[in-house]
Amino acid sequence: MYEGAVQDLIDELGRLPGVGPKSAQRIAFHLLSAESTDVSRLVAALTRVQQEVRFCVTCYNVAEAEQCRICRDPRRTDDVLCVVEEPKDVVAIERTREFRGRYHVLGGAISPIDGVGPDDLRVKELMTRLMNGAVTELIIATDPNLEGEATAAYLARLVSPMGLAVSRLASGLPVGGDLEYADEVTLGRAFEGRRRIDA
Amino acid sequence: MSTTPKALYRDEGIVLRTQKLGEADRIVTVLTRRHGKVRAVAKGVRRTKSKFGSRLEPFSHVDLQFYTGRNLDIVNQAESIRSYGNDVVDDYPCYTAGTAVLETADRLTSEEKEPSLRLFLLVVGALRALAERTHPAGLVLDAFLLRAMSVAGWEPALTDCARCAEPGPHRHFSVPAGGTVCPACRPTGSAMPNPVTVELLDALLTGEWERAEASQGTNRREASGLVAALLQWHLERGLRSLPLVDRSESAVPRREASPA
Repeated sequence: MYEGAVQDLIDELGRLPGVGPKSAQRIAFHLLSAESTDVSRLVAALTRVQQEVRFCVTCYNVAEAEQCRICRDPRRTDDVLCVVEEPKDVVAIERTREFRGRYHVLGGAISPIDGVGPDDLRVKELMTRLMNGAVTELIIATDPNLEGEATAAYLARLVSPMGLAVSRLASGLPVGGDLEYADEVTLGRAFEGRRRIDA
Repeated sequence: MSTTPKALYRDEGIVLRTQKLGEADRIVTVLTRRHGKVRAVAKGVRRTKSKFGSRLEPFSHVDLQFYTGRNLDIVNQAESIRSYGNDVVDDYPCYTAGTAVLETADRLTSEEKEPSLRLFLLVVGALRALAERTHPAGLVLDAFLLRAMSVAGWEPALTDCARCAEPGPHRHFSVPAGGTVCPACRPTGSAMPNPVTVELLDALLTGEWERAEASQGTNRREASGLVAALLQWHLERGLRSLPLVDRSESAVPRREASPA
């Protein structure tokens, strides 16, 4: 045990995800020996995140204004909406530069075993957005795991009376991989989602 | 230097739940055929290039090789026997019923590595019935819960009195007493369910599916309520997934049962 402030810092760092007691101690001593300007910059960044970052009122992505950068962008199309679990999924899709529509962040996936049902996600808000008729296609980009698939199936059933085109992100073989090392579930999905090559 | 005996062991099991661990690992809870419930670390399975990440999703029936660790064992190899997840997840009522099956199995096996073959076989049977849509999902769940309680030693009395074994049928039902009770033993606050509901519970417990499937919606709802109350009484804490079970009619049509 260290004295007062150092131990408090180690305790607080240890509460961060993926940071164990040894890592917390290492980070704390790094901060103690760091330049004071570096530490001040970190403190300022933390304070700014806490005070300025909030959720976009339209898509629930993280934003610094009432609406996020993507919802404010007039060059993006309003007719295609991509549903994701977390704000970090928006960043991952944006990196592809393939999608020019809007997003909706659910805030998680349906997981009854963890007590998370549809009412704990932003499903009602999604339905409200779809009601105005501007969206004609819904892309469900939840994680390709069991909870993500269940959430996609639930949403597809919920929006089916609206007559929207609903699609799910394809899953299959990773680019640059070898077929022989693919597991049977992934390979099966790749067969299901195969596409025609037009010569 | 001492050598650790039985450092590696192999068993088949159903993945009950997974929890994220660190950057890319998961802790998987598996109900195995011979070793009971095992909690083990699966390293790197959250990476897209993981060799067996997709095999270790809940609802998967897998053949696993474990390496005995200091606290938790480590999953060394995984081969799929059958993945029920793909079939269950298509249909929301089936998925929610299935998660309640998995959570019940997890909660009923409080001791790790204590063999519970009967529970394992019950879970496999319930998941197969859900995946193949052989019976309505709500009935499969209630049948599983009743039989799982029976395996745990808490089989409800549905004909004779739960306290004095006076031959029945009896009209009163007491959750703390453990089933139907005769007028002499009846505690205050006992319920008086519809006799048809008690017959439905009996059909579910004994596997008389024709009788169970002929039941009405009101009896099924009442039966589900009694089963949930019994389970909560014995577990002392309700299941998190049970209130989220969607008891509406399945949207996916019933399939022909495949040979076991």
